[in-house]
Amino acid sequence: MKTNKNTIYDIAIIGAGVSGCMIAREMSMFDLNICVLDKAYDVSSGASKANSAIVHAGYDPIPGTLKSKLNARGAKLMKTAVKELEVEYKVLPSLVLAYDEEQMNTVLALKERADDNGVSVKTISREEVLTIEPMLNPDVVGALYADSAIVCPYGLTIAAAENAAKNGVEFKLGYEVSRIETHESLFIINDDIKTKYIINAAGVNSAEIASLIGDLSFSITPRRGEYMIYDKQNLCVNSVLFTVPTKLGKGVLITPSVSGNMLVGPNAQVVQSECDIQTTSEGQNFVFENAKRIIPSLTKRGIIREFAGIRATPSGDDFIIRFSEISSKFLHVAGIESPGLASSPAVAEYVLELLKNSGLRTIPKKSSTRYRKQIRKISEATAEEAAEMIAENPLYSHVICRCETISEAEIVEAIHRPIGARSVDAVKFRTRAGMGRCQGGFCSPKVAEILSRELNIPLSEVTQFGGNSKILCKKQ
Amino acid sequence: MNLNKSLVVVGGGPAGLAAAIAAKENGINDVIILERGSCLGGILNQCIHSGFGLHAFGEELTGPEYAGRYEEKAEKLKVDYLTDTMVLSVSHDKTVIAVSKEKGLLIIKAEAVVLATGCRERTRGAINIPGTRPAGVFTAGTAQYYINMIGNHVGKKAVILGSGDIGLIMARRLMLEGAKVEMVLELLPYSNGLGRNIAQCLEDFDIPLMLSHTVIGVSGKERLEGVTIAKVDDRLLPIPGTEQFIECDTLLLSVGLIPENEIATGAGVELSPITGGAVVNENLETNIEGVFACGNALHVHDLVDYVSDEAARAGKSAAAYLNGDKKESSQYKTIITKNGVRYCVPQKIGTLTPEIPLFFRVATPSQGSTILIYADGNVVYKKREAYLTPSEMQMVKLSDETCKKLNEAKEITVELNTK
Ligand SMILES: Cc1cc2nc3c(=O)[nH]c(=O)nc-3n(C[C@H](O)[C@H](O)[C@H](O)COP(=O)(O)OP(=O)(O)OC[C@H]3O[C@@H](n4cnc5c(N)ncnc54)[C@H](O)[C@@H]3O)c2cc1C
Ligand SMILES: Cc1cc2nc3c(=O)[nH]c(=O)nc-3n(C[C@H](O)[C@H](O)[C@H](O)COP(=O)(O)OP(=O)(O)OC[C@H]3O[C@@H](n4cnc5c(N)ncnc54)[C@H](O)[C@@H]3O)c2cc1C
Repeated sequence: MKTNKNTIYDIAIIGAGVSGCMIAREMSMFDLNICVLDKAYDVSSGASKANSAIVHAGYDPIPGTLKSKLNARGAKLMKTAVKELEVEYKVLPSLVLAYDEEQMNTVLALKERADDNGVSVKTISREEVLTIEPMLNPDVVGALYADSAIVCPYGLTIAAAENAAKNGVEFKLGYEVSRIETHESLFIINDDIKTKYIINAAGVNSAEIASLIGDLSFSITPRRGEYMIYDKQNLCVNSVLFTVPTKLGKGVLITPSVSGNMLVGPNAQVVQSECDIQTTSEGQNFVFENAKRIIPSLTKRGIIREFAGIRATPSGDDFIIRFSEISSKFLHVAGIESPGLASSPAVAEYVLELLKNSGLRTIPKKSSTRYRKQIRKISEATAEEAAEMIAENPLYSHVICRCETISEAEIVEAIHRPIGARSVDAVKFRTRAGMGRCQGGFCSPKVAEILSRELNIPLSEVTQFGGNSKILCKKQ
Repeated sequence: MNLNKSLVVVGGGPAGLAAAIAAKENGINDVIILERGSCLGGILNQCIHSGFGLHAFGEELTGPEYAGRYEEKAEKLKVDYLTDTMVLSVSHDKTVIAVSKEKGLLIIKAEAVVLATGCRERTRGAINIPGTRPAGVFTAGTAQYYINMIGNHVGKKAVILGSGDIGLIMARRLMLEGAKVEMVLELLPYSNGLGRNIAQCLEDFDIPLMLSHTVIGVSGKERLEGVTIAKVDDRLLPIPGTEQFIECDTLLLSVGLIPENEIATGAGVELSPITGGAVVNENLETNIEGVFACGNALHVHDLVDYVSDEAARAGKSAAAYLNGDKKESSQYKTIITKNGVRYCVPQKIGTLTPEIPLFFRVATPSQGSTILIYADGNVVYKKREAYLTPSEMQMVKLSDETCKKLNEAKEITVELNTK
């Protein structure tokens, strides 16, 4: 779709996290003029890149809430979404571990809640737990067992965004929404974007965005969660291991990631600023000590990276997906904390329903597709496939990231796709170059050189993640 | 492409070069070096400072000059090599799979393999420095690559964590590039660098060396804006109240090297949890017959001269293995290390000879300690050292007679007497 200054969009989505991008994808199936706005320089720069990556089965939310409905539905729809979008996804068991009778009572209560939510789970004995997870603390008395899954969260977000972009959705990155004017039949964002509908999917900033039209109906508390990632060599669990939930959240967990690393975290710390994603020594110690209760033999050896994400905890404790009381064309998709990732396909479906009911005309767009191809990886090819790929594109034989075996072909493709990578981190999230044990020590200069060449910009202009995050500085 | 080779050398740094040369000199014609970089020489290519080769050539060479000597020799001997060629795996039966920019996919059936894959640097993640995650935090080697290999500036005002030789050399390099190095911090109460490097790289440039200090926080949203440092106590924990904020746009980490052994692990090679490298016998052969290891992939060396020396022995052993004149000594004894000796390479021996050195490192610095080697509880080697430090690898060569005693013993122990 050709757009210009006078374009009036049907929908402007604020926030290119998993919520915004899955909604954009769903809406891109219709003949609509859509844009997605994000202040960050890449999609999936908020909570959607820094979470536990679990597709929760849906037993946990309080029955009757929107959360409970969308979680169970989302987990189901996720199976199709990851196939259509070719996103890394892995089915595995999840265990909520009890270490004494009191905790076992919590587990039994969770079982009842699961029954109410219509999600099938079972309780298992100490022996059964230890058969599944031999490394576990032997003091365990039992657990809640559920069939669960993990997904690559930024992989899903990027895939949905690419799919939407292919279907004509426009992405404006590095675009911070700071003003919204409400007119009779349209909104004007920052003086330059005109749109009939606004979807507020701004994550931890969604209350702020609501306030731009004078809607103060909810507030969001930023709560940070810190993690540590272990090298693939140190993966020692086969399932998602939760401790029993407390008032503060689901507690520290240990889980494999889709790439075969091990993820440990998070804690839960209320923070002043919604962009305070620093890690702290207190947070890291808390996470490590709690994880050691799950696996006593855990050491800090093998940790390759720490990070933190911010939960957007809403005032009302449930997802806020409804039209604003101030404007019937301003739709909140706010307070999407865990299990927002698991729920995201259902959130998109629900938003479509709300928009349709509000009178939005939805005519299917013939040229749209629900499918997206992932970047082919040389590391996952068989010998014959690799030979073929190399014959077709010799750049497949030039390995740039040694730890993850990522070739130049994959990096070049990441740069030239829809919503192409524009920074070293953007390449990392699309290809895994730099995510291994040397953390980009060897490959980041090479990736920077490729970015400079492909984008035709000086090397000194290449950034870590956009904006002012330049890696090098000019000679004085 | 499918090939058969007598010997495949994985890695074309100084270790790989010396191993391949030695194998060729010992009658193995069919040897090939596979190197993933675009030229031979390994990490030496970016070490443009001088200080290499004092032991091996009796003169001070730069890294590239040192590597050049071996490359010339390899050229003369017509040692075959492929660059831009990454070995993806070596299997138990020594099938080497690689991708090459020039040749595409390679499947090589090898009779013997030398692993000379070098090492990588410890990162911020591995030492868990809290804070934000802005641009401007580099490992020293990455910064060295940017500056020396592609001629770029990494920053204007830097703090360096780690006072090993790489940290010291990078401090000087940054000063020469026009940047200001605020300080070099060292967690331990002593520096792990050579005395001459402290003098030439720090003192000559008035860069303060702050011992028993570390970085406890990183600040800045997009580019680094500063670091918080603190003094540490004798358990190496930050002391509350000693925090200080240092404004800077660059943090270089020189906090240790880790042998690269993904290929080795895939082949089923047993690794030592202490060195991070393979467990080898006196022929530098791993637990997999016909698979040898040397250089920084085996254990991190301080001096490249020792790397070349060790690698040449690995190449020679591989040749002996291929020529079928390897002495059968299936009875290997593990060398026990204790009382201040962290590790010893080789870790196990069958038949020791005087030309085979034992390499080891001590756990803490000490003055006037005695190195002791025992055969079944009897002292067979004894040497007092004025000063021992963990950063300097110790090398011991033993006499014919001592070797004989060790070869006959059931138990071999290496320890320090610090009295
Ligand atoms: C520690 C932690 C663990 C979690 N674990 C799980 C889990 O295991 N399973 C699960 O299902 N869910 C989990 N979640 C929840 C899940 O990550 C979130 O629900 C989901 O990512 C929310 O996506 P979103 O798109 O709503 O928000 P975000 O991904 O935060 O996206 C919001 C976007 O809005 C943009 N934005 C904000 N303000 C503006 C502005 N003014 N102008 C333009 N753009 C703006 C931001 O840049 C951001 O990109 C976890 C969350 C956290 C923090
Ligand atoms: C930053 C730095 C500064 C140093 N400064 C000094 C100094 O001042 N003086 C001194 O004497 N010593 C110094 N050293 C030490 C010395 O350079 C090293 O000891 C020496 O280079 C080690 O040789 P190597 O061959 O084992 O490893 P490397 O030089 O690292 O070579 C290993 C080679 O193997 C290749 N390789 C690895 N895996 C594969 C694979 N799968 N397929 C194909 N190829 C592969 C790598 O690309 C690399 O080229 C320094 C080392 C470093 C890292």
